[in-house]
Amino acid sequence: MDFVRNFPFFSILLPMISGPISSVMSGKRAKRLNFAVVTVSGLLSVAAFVYVLYTGEAYNYRMGAFPAPFGNEIRVGLLETMMASFFCFVMLLSIVGGYRFTVVDIPAEKQNLFYIMMNLLLSSLLALIYTNDMFTGYVFIEINTIAACGLIMIRGWGRNLLAATKYMIMSLLGSGLVLISLSILYGITGHLLMEPMHEAIVQIIEQRTYSEPLTVAVGLFCVGIAIKSALFPFHSWLPDAYGYSTCASSAILSSLVSKGYIFLLIKFFYRVIGMDIIHTIQVDDVLFVFGIAGMVFGSISAIQQTDVSRMIAFSSVAQIGYIYMGFGLNTEAGMIASIFHILAHAAGKSMLFISLNSLSDGTWEYANYRKLRGSAYRHRIASLGFAIGSLSMVGIPLLAGFTSKVYYAKAAFGVGSSPKMLIALVALAISTILNAMYFIGQLINIYTPIVTEPEPGTVKHSNVTRVAVFMFIAVNFVLGMGSEPVFRWIQTGLAQFM
Amino acid sequence: MDALFENYISVVSMVLFGIGFGNLLLQKNLIKKIIGLNIMDTAVYLFLASMGYISGRLAPIITDGDTTTSRYVNPIPSGLVLTGIVVSVSVTALMLSLTIRLYRRYHTLDIDEITLLVRREHSE
Repeated sequence: MDFVRNFPFFSILLPMISGPISSVMSGKRAKRLNFAVVTVSGLLSVAAFVYVLYTGEAYNYRMGAFPAPFGNEIRVGLLETMMASFFCFVMLLSIVGGYRFTVVDIPAEKQNLFYIMMNLLLSSLLALIYTNDMFTGYVFIEINTIAACGLIMIRGWGRNLLAATKYMIMSLLGSGLVLISLSILYGITGHLLMEPMHEAIVQIIEQRTYSEPLTVAVGLFCVGIAIKSALFPFHSWLPDAYGYSTCASSAILSSLVSKGYIFLLIKFFYRVIGMDIIHTIQVDDVLFVFGIAGMVFGSISAIQQTDVSRMIAFSSVAQIGYIYMGFGLNTEAGMIASIFHILAHAAGKSMLFISLNSLSDGTWEYANYRKLRGSAYRHRIASLGFAIGSLSMVGIPLLAGFTSKVYYAKAAFGVGSSPKMLIALVALAISTILNAMYFIGQLINIYTPIVTEPEPGTVKHSNVTRVAVFMFIAVNFVLGMGSEPVFRWIQTGLAQFM
Repeated sequence: MDALFENYISVVSMVLFGIGFGNLLLQKNLIKKIIGLNIMDTAVYLFLASMGYISGRLAPIITDGDTTTSRYVNPIPSGLVLTGIVVSVSVTALMLSLTIRLYRRYHTLDIDEITLLVRREHSE
């Protein structure tokens, strides 16, 4: 049974090795290898999840010959394994759902490159989730950035190249800040592993030495991750990057890539700094303000878009705002709500992108608000997916988005008599109304019947896409109605972080 | 004020970091942006290397069988610098290749101009 302890390591290593192997394969074989790798990595993560669930405790897995505090480690707990399993699942569905468009959008001789990037992305996401060493975290942040950049530019249009360049510039600013913050932290703590770092930081706070560098380092780390995960007002790269990539890329970028960074930030807060110290140096208040601003302004920008894929991209800015607002509440309930929202958003947003691409036949021209009118009658399953995804984002009961909003509201009440409670509740209400304005408007638009038959698109609708959309719909309902065990797992996982 | 002079390497590296960061953020020319990126990363390596160096101690390579730890410096900061260099070389290569593709397509390195050209290309 103890062999299962190796599984998380295998799930990181497998995609990392298969990436370079894909480079000498044909597109079709690379695709098969990628499907197999994502599935196997997902199954390994699920096995590790079940193992941790039954043994009831997290463990550190030593990498290489040197024991802590010198060597490198990954940490396997309930929350990590749950996230890893879910990420693999969403990634698999997105690749499957976007496959029709991948074939059309990417030249045949470049198909294998696409799957190299997918493999590297999966590997770096899993490493970001599992790592127990901050510098390893930094290295995988960069690998993740490079892979994501590849996914953005692979469509090869001028727009994609420009979006990829902008994405790279902003990401590099972010990772530069993360690197300097880790250097400062290493300088004042002398460690890179999370537990020894935490012990050193507790001492620093007690002895009141180096508390300014600590504050600066934490601030720089937060800003770096905020830039990379597109927290308002650092979101300028996001709409182009998400809006114009090929279907599978947009789905995965919006639902997983930024979440990997955010998960590292959660581990940083809990395992390196400690939430009470975060409160002492008031980083949580700053994140709260920016989160609230993102919730409102992300939605306002989304309303102004005529291109629906950009509209969905801007809605991501709002959803990222929700997640940071939960961090800002700085309670256990707020954090649980944010982690649940990561799941809900991933399930909803990737489905929205896949459905939208089906509705618009994968072209930009058809993603326009007017051109989409009546498209629901061309592709009923995709329009159903779009409807469910929109309603989930707005927060209609039974769906995942509603449940996360309920958790947020509960968390806001839990803060007590601080002004944060009122601000959070008002922002939730405003943001919900704004969400409804553009998502419901869009739904009405695509369900408005038109007399003339639209021109046939280039992409044939396939059963594979339908299956993927159905699976996503199921995930949204499961998260919406059966959130109780997920909630408990997140709670246990967070308790294991301490 | 004395602390600034004592830790002058840290001060210099922070100033360099600021210069690099500003260039990467504000320059319009893509090549200058990439130069800014490299200045920024190099500043961090200077910072790490200066933290890892203790005057009078040797590089942590045992040649004469002496394993007293107080004779050598900590090897980890140097290791971090090496890893960082690898990362920064790869992202620089990626940025340069993107720049080449953009230049071949739009015959300019000015990112604002490229943005205009892209917008015009797609509105036609």
